[in-house]
Amino acid sequence: MRAPVSQAPASPDSGAALASWLWPAGLAVLSGGLLLLVALPLAGLFFTASPRQLLAGLANPLVGPAVRVTLFTTTASLALVVACGTPLAWAIARRRTRAWRVLETALELPVVLPPAVAGVALLLAFGRRGLFGPTLAAAGIGLPFTRAAVILAESFVAAPFYLQAAVAAFRRLDPDLVLVARTLGASWSRVFFTVAIPLSRAGLAGGAAMSWARALGEFGATLMFAGNMEGRTQTLPLAIYAALESDLRTAQSLSIVLVAVAFALLVGVRAGARP
Amino acid sequence: MSALEVDVGGRAGELAIDVALRASETPLVVVGPNGAGKTSLLMMILGASTPRRGRITLGGATLFDAEQHVDVPLERRGLGFLPQRYALFPHLDALQNVAYGIVAPSRDERRARAMDALRELDVSSLAARRPAALSAGEAQRVALARTLARRPRALLLDEPLAALDVSVRRDVRRFLAGGLRAWRLPTVVVTHDRDDAAAFDGDVLVLEHGKVVQQGRLAELERRPETDFVRQLTSGRHDLPPGAP
Repeated sequence: MRAPVSQAPASPDSGAALASWLWPAGLAVLSGGLLLLVALPLAGLFFTASPRQLLAGLANPLVGPAVRVTLFTTTASLALVVACGTPLAWAIARRRTRAWRVLETALELPVVLPPAVAGVALLLAFGRRGLFGPTLAAAGIGLPFTRAAVILAESFVAAPFYLQAAVAAFRRLDPDLVLVARTLGASWSRVFFTVAIPLSRAGLAGGAAMSWARALGEFGATLMFAGNMEGRTQTLPLAIYAALESDLRTAQSLSIVLVAVAFALLVGVRAGARP
Repeated sequence: MSALEVDVGGRAGELAIDVALRASETPLVVVGPNGAGKTSLLMMILGASTPRRGRITLGGATLFDAEQHVDVPLERRGLGFLPQRYALFPHLDALQNVAYGIVAPSRDERRARAMDALRELDVSSLAARRPAALSAGEAQRVALARTLARRPRALLLDEPLAALDVSVRRDVRRFLAGGLRAWRLPTVVVTHDRDDAAAFDGDVLVLEHGKVVQQGRLAELERRPETDFVRQLTSGRHDLPPGAP
């Protein structure tokens, strides 16, 4: 039998009552703080200029070339990452030896590497005085400060996002399907193209979207390895940086465009991941 | 009728496997407790894993020979394999599943032969269905059609009835036992069920800890069980938890 609430003794429970009140309150303050930290800058981005000012910002002559450079380089780096990354992910997913695990970890390194370090590393590899600079120069190829350098920088930082997703997708594949396909006479390449890829396409597409988004946002490595030349190597993030000095509204408009694209990608990836 | 002859040894994780077997006129039924190495043995025969020593021959042709360094790749061993859950390709319909393994000069002929294979197992009406829309019994027939359409020279079946509800298991078991008699292929069936062993009517090979502990007709095993597992299996009580009345 339960005692009516009004008759419950007050004092021994008050400590517990306080604790039960403190915990959700603390939780609300702490998580609210983080929420504001994310939301306030976005609010600043969206609510400090009129739509007319933002549209005027997009008319800046920096914008057109930057959009073209960005579309071209991110598409090229996506193609590069998918074309090379899909077979590599398949190879990694099917092997369990220590050497392949080390390789897998090494390939994730660019995710945690500061972009400036990526820029230095790319320069020291492909720069004029870098590891392969003289070889490339002898072949008449100068990479740094070209559009190819932008593509390389974007691929370097974006590849791990695709690889991780692709390896995870291939690992989810039922091994019996692969085995049966082989007993049905399929070569490894046929298994790859007719079983592994079609059955992993949701995971691959999600990885491609995340990788493209990362390439779209690439700034540090591109700045150091490819420079900030309008119409040649100036991508949208670099254009935002350049515009910040002269025309804040342009920087703001471009930022809003990138936020919208990133948000659409996230929603798309979430929807695609749902079974 | 040709024979599948296996005499191999090797490791599968922690387990040392050492098995000799022969399958010909009647299906060879491989039984054993979980972790005895039944599936690992199938993988070695299939060519999905490499034994350390031994030989595998099929109808006189060598598929594997450690000493002679012969190791025919799995896609050219001519073995039909039916895994426990049948592994139909979920993105293809039944007809496309069966056509996957058929080599034919034209697309039309491939589809025609796939249709024939489905018809032979009485499932041509399911040709346009995806695996998700098939019952377990139907899926098994489609998977068998896919395997047989390649005209394999031997069959390996891994727990072919384990995925089925008890209500349909008896019918499918009868159908499968009849099929195995009709197809006349050297067959190895892995199972953990005494009734399967009885229905397939072949020699029973008992595998424990990677080794053959007993082999013979089921009746023989029943008369003189040599291990606790065989005793439990033949008394039909193998799947009770230890200590159960």
